[in-house]
Amino acid sequence: MDNGRDGDAMLAFTLNGEPAEGAPPEGASLLHLLRGSLGLSGPRFGCGEEQCGACMVLLDGRPGYACTLPAEAAAGRAVTTVEGLGTPEAPHPLQAAFLAEQAGQCGFCLSGILISAAALLQANPDPDEAAIRAALEPHLCRCGSHNRILRAVQRAASMMRAAP
Amino acid sequence: MNLAYVQATSGDGDKPRLPGSLHVNRRLDQWLRIHAEGLVTITPGKVELGQGILTALAQIAAEELDIAFARVRVQAAATPASPNEAVTSGSLSVQESGMALRHACAEARAIHLSVAAQRSGVKLEAIRVEDGSFLGPEGPIGSYWAQADDALLACEASPGSRAKPPAARRIAGSAAPRLDLPDKVFGAARFIQDLRLPGMLHARMVRPPARRARFTALRDGALPGDARVVRDGSFLAVLASEEAIAEAAAARVTARAEWDAEDTLPESAEAWLRSAPGEDSVVVDRTEAAPEAAATLHARFFRPFVAHASIGTCCAVARWEGDQLEVWSHSQGIYNLRADLAKALRVPETQILVRHIEGAGCYGHNGADDVALDAALAARAAPGLPVRLLWSRAEELGWAPFSSAMLVEIEAETDAAGDIVAWRQQVTSQGHSSRPGRNPKPTLLAVEHVADASEIPAAINPPLASGGGAQRNAVPAYRIPRLQVGLRRITAMPVRSSALRGLGAPTNVLAIESVMDELAAKAGADPLAYRLRHLDDARGQAVLRAAAELAGWETRAKREGIGMGIGYARYKNSGGWCAVVAEVAAEAEIVCRHLWIAGDVGEAINPDGIANQYEGGAIHGVSMALKEEVRFDRRRVTSDTWEAYPILRFSEVPAVEFRLLARPEEPPLGAGEAALAPTIAAIANAIHDALGVRPHRMPFTAANLAAEMDAAGGG
Repeated sequence: MDNGRDGDAMLAFTLNGEPAEGAPPEGASLLHLLRGSLGLSGPRFGCGEEQCGACMVLLDGRPGYACTLPAEAAAGRAVTTVEGLGTPEAPHPLQAAFLAEQAGQCGFCLSGILISAAALLQANPDPDEAAIRAALEPHLCRCGSHNRILRAVQRAASMMRAAP
Repeated sequence: MNLAYVQATSGDGDKPRLPGSLHVNRRLDQWLRIHAEGLVTITPGKVELGQGILTALAQIAAEELDIAFARVRVQAAATPASPNEAVTSGSLSVQESGMALRHACAEARAIHLSVAAQRSGVKLEAIRVEDGSFLGPEGPIGSYWAQADDALLACEASPGSRAKPPAARRIAGSAAPRLDLPDKVFGAARFIQDLRLPGMLHARMVRPPARRARFTALRDGALPGDARVVRDGSFLAVLASEEAIAEAAAARVTARAEWDAEDTLPESAEAWLRSAPGEDSVVVDRTEAAPEAAATLHARFFRPFVAHASIGTCCAVARWEGDQLEVWSHSQGIYNLRADLAKALRVPETQILVRHIEGAGCYGHNGADDVALDAALAARAAPGLPVRLLWSRAEELGWAPFSSAMLVEIEAETDAAGDIVAWRQQVTSQGHSSRPGRNPKPTLLAVEHVADASEIPAAINPPLASGGGAQRNAVPAYRIPRLQVGLRRITAMPVRSSALRGLGAPTNVLAIESVMDELAAKAGADPLAYRLRHLDDARGQAVLRAAAELAGWETRAKREGIGMGIGYARYKNSGGWCAVVAEVAAEAEIVCRHLWIAGDVGEAINPDGIANQYEGGAIHGVSMALKEEVRFDRRRVTSDTWEAYPILRFSEVPAVEFRLLARPEEPPLGAGEAALAPTIAAIANAIHDALGVRPHRMPFTAANLAAEMDAAGGG
């Protein structure tokens, strides 16, 4: 079955490495599903129009806007949210680096930014500042933490290169 | 408006003066509790807006109690128990909440030590405190934890300072990590938007097609799932068990609702300011002896309406149990919100409980209060159940209050040496505060839509003594013998305005600092030197020199298409000092490539947090200077997407260097708003340096600059 799911039929996929399923209402976005019955809070609603990046998740390792992706798009695929990157006990190098650089103010944009940064470092372990800015261009930060965020991504990249 | 405003306008003069908010919330147990398990909870009335205030307050408490920073817990504010600290605004939380906590914690420490002394027989002066343990000459004699007893702090604070001298501070003054940041990098449920309560329903608003519109009919049609419509006059919302259903229902109802809509918005913001009815006042009028004027300069500056443009959309959860209402809100002032909810809903304040939960950064009075009333109205249709109402992006950018458009006109006279002898400044603006809780009539958006409607009163300007509104920073910091500053407040409000970071300061400082550059040029002086020779404030001179040094101002070279400019202000003329040097490049649009910033906030509770706030404010300033403008037609705000209301993106953010001047002996001041206005001014001056054209109109887009060039060429 590709996208043709009946009404509230069960939808199965991999979420942060674990099997997950949901029965979202018709027309629900992936963001609705993740924040709704699956109980996540990392992916955030910011605009619903792919203009701010607050909802960014990885779909089979590639960044995607959960706010406009239909929930069905996850069927049979692997979805990673910021909760799947790491935990306080075992943080992803990016999460450790964001804390080390104190890279954030209100923090609402950080879930999405961390996701795009993770995809960048996966593809390019040694990005220069221009490459990081380009990867984060889909994301809005209103508090003005951009430079700290750029430094944190660079710090994470060196951490990952030092301990692959 | 904040506590300073409350204190300036209320005659609470009977009791001895206590620091900050302690003066009006005098009981120690309103501020802290000591727990036997080795923790201290502080309960400030100020709220976290992403500015890091809770971390700074925890540092102050840990310092005065002599306990490890990790032992402090901060409880979010809630009515009715939290101290009423009015609004978290105006860069005043360290002064108001911080100084109250410093005093309260120092007194709590003294009370505990006297108990320990009494019980142990050890003399008070011989007791040391080490991470909460009390040590006498012979060893441990007790601890806060062993003595934890709420009765000890069930008393009013007393005057007289027991706080540590500056040199003894270890935790206050350190770059303690933010308490809230771990939750935010691990995606934990920390924001109001993440609140999930059992049985919670989801609500969405159905907005009319015009600022003023009356609901007339809803065409028949099916609704998805279990969605239903809630209506009170022209207040229209939908409720459902799931967000996806509520959103789909809102879209359908929007398509089916019929309205009588009116044209109420002005043709243009500038024309509106020039022609609208207003109320005139004198901000300052002083005349001292001065040399005769030799030359006069006129200039006029305009800034359009700008939006708070939070990344998260406004949200609230409300639940009615009988006639009792509980509201979860990211309001900046929970008591003021409660007061307006009570007026709007016609229930006594005592029946309403408001709990603060963090939202995304708000940068002033956005829709956070409005959405709380929306949620309360929607929740009336579901007694006993929590109802979560989330605004859309279009509501966030189209229906929240904006910062008023402003016109600032300056006429400056100089003597034969080019020095200033007279300065007349006229500020025209709507009011800059329409916050709830201050007016007999409620100021929450939905009061104009419900059946029992009332008009939202026009926004006001707080008095200059508490920071002012449109007139904020309208009084130049420079030495001017004859100075007249006037203010015209527009008394109608077709486009709703309220407080946004800096209030009137960005436009006033842009105007003043642009004119200072023009006067320097006429006098043949360097802009830095000209400012220094007109500025008596040593701390102002120090930040100017520091920013110039960081930027290599004295040795800068003229490069084609590149400009450097300087801007200076002391926020509110009573807050943090800031000087900024900006470098811009004139490309297809102006690009701000580099900022060098120097700041002084007196005692720095958390230097890293201050750097973060100065830089964040400066980047907000770059965005406001180069990109932001609220647009509207005669009926509605049309800039209600990120495409129509662009803000600065990663590719456009300048490199920032910041130097904080250490003043540990001076009283601490807030940092959040100090950098925004000087940054805008520095960019304007850098544009003039790059292009030879003086920007008078924000935002400094290529289109607006081309119009300036045409005007200059034609004039």
